[in-house]
Amino acid sequence: MTLQPENLKYLPSHEWVYAPQDGSGIATIGISAFAVAELNDLVYMALPRVGQQVEAGQEFGEVESVKAVSPMYSPIAGQIVEIHDGIVDRLETLNSDPYVEGWLIKVKMSDPSQLDGLLDFAAYQKLLAQNG
Amino acid sequence: METQEHKTALSDWHVQNGARMASFAGYQMPIQYTGIVAEHLATRQAAGVFDISHMGRLRFDGPRADQLLEQVLTRRVLDMQPGQVRYSLVCNESGGILDDVLVSCLESPSGKIYFLLVVNASNKAKIVRWLAPHLADYPDVEFHDVTESTAMIAIQGPKSIEVCGKLFPASVLGLGYYRARVTEQMSKPCIVSRTGYTGEDGFELIVRAEDATRVWENLLMAGRSFGVSPVGLGARDTLRLEAGMPLYGHELEENIDPYMAGLGFACQIKDRNFVGRDVLAERSKEELAVKRVGLVLEGRRAAREQSACFDMAGNSIGTVTSGSFSPTLQKPIAMAYLSRHAAIPGAEIQVDIRGSTSRAWVQELPFYKRANTV
Repeated sequence: MTLQPENLKYLPSHEWVYAPQDGSGIATIGISAFAVAELNDLVYMALPRVGQQVEAGQEFGEVESVKAVSPMYSPIAGQIVEIHDGIVDRLETLNSDPYVEGWLIKVKMSDPSQLDGLLDFAAYQKLLAQNG
Repeated sequence: METQEHKTALSDWHVQNGARMASFAGYQMPIQYTGIVAEHLATRQAAGVFDISHMGRLRFDGPRADQLLEQVLTRRVLDMQPGQVRYSLVCNESGGILDDVLVSCLESPSGKIYFLLVVNASNKAKIVRWLAPHLADYPDVEFHDVTESTAMIAIQGPKSIEVCGKLFPASVLGLGYYRARVTEQMSKPCIVSRTGYTGEDGFELIVRAEDATRVWENLLMAGRSFGVSPVGLGARDTLRLEAGMPLYGHELEENIDPYMAGLGFACQIKDRNFVGRDVLAERSKEELAVKRVGLVLEGRRAAREQSACFDMAGNSIGTVTSGSFSPTLQKPIAMAYLSRHAAIPGAEIQVDIRGSTSRAWVQELPFYKRANTV
């Protein structure tokens, strides 16, 4: 299973999580292409520190465009083990590739069963279609 | 608040051309077409075309129309000649700002002199109510709200003159700043004024609603080779912020007086009588307690409306009223009301942005000034 939109799980608030069944228990988190397009002109992003704990549905950072600030929520609970180094200084990366090149944080999951409660790609696409 | 959702004469065009729409002051308005930054920079570098039909347009006919307006506007109206436009405020009895407006004195092709008041969309209903007793005092003045029967389009940016040169008679291109005339665009009646809300040179046009799409498309077509693009309300806001222009509901409120807002120039007190005049005459002599200023922030994180401001000792000194990342300066900028002692250009202050502190420096407005003025 590779990191591509079809293989990810989503929150309705447009965060994605990639959790390969490789026994590491480490999930990669980012925001979807739709979210990036909606925000349009990204100017600033605040990310947490390595070692911090996050809960599912809890805010882990914020992303700011010229006009608006949006919180970013963690799809799953766990401890943050890695932050994408330098991504906040290269936010344009998210415009070209919000997935492989534009991931944001990695989390050691405390409860991988939470993944089952998230939207799969088809359900997320359906949600986007419903919201026009 | 109006509950009914209005469309402008151009709303359908915006939707058909992929604009992101949102409700603003009861109107379905384009927020952006391609993106705020791209539209902002297109306006600064070439020109932008804006649908501003949501603005209220109120027409006053009759020989005493000037006398009526003289009662309610902080700027002198009685000496206005056809072709003049003035920025003015409407204040209440205690000198608080009810709206900021443009008043134009115009001459119709048949030689009739009339006045046009352009008011903020969000304030139109309030201003119409405010005018009612004055209209009752001047029953001979004919009042018409022509907002729905007309459309208003702005073209702003350094290429505005060249673009309009393809579409309008030479007399229009020769209009001075804050001058207006009634003319035609491709034989459609059109009021043109050399005014705007972006800090750029340009024009604002008022046309009949049924002609709006034609005129809009003519502007875009004439501007295509210059890189002219349609611009939504998102970039209109960042453009006016860079230009240091206040926006009602943010910098202007009923509890703000013209002097705090830095709009003392719009109050003509001497030998006049208008609502709020006596209070404003007193205020004009007092030292200001708070002042509208510009702020430039460190980093890339923008302060937003309601962000609290502190001096370096941590004392509260004021509040941000508008803030954004500035596409031209590539820095976060803001406008704020600060206490007099803190409102010193160059002074370093602290701004609380959602719980964390950014450093900021007080700056005189505007942040952006175009190179050539008319």
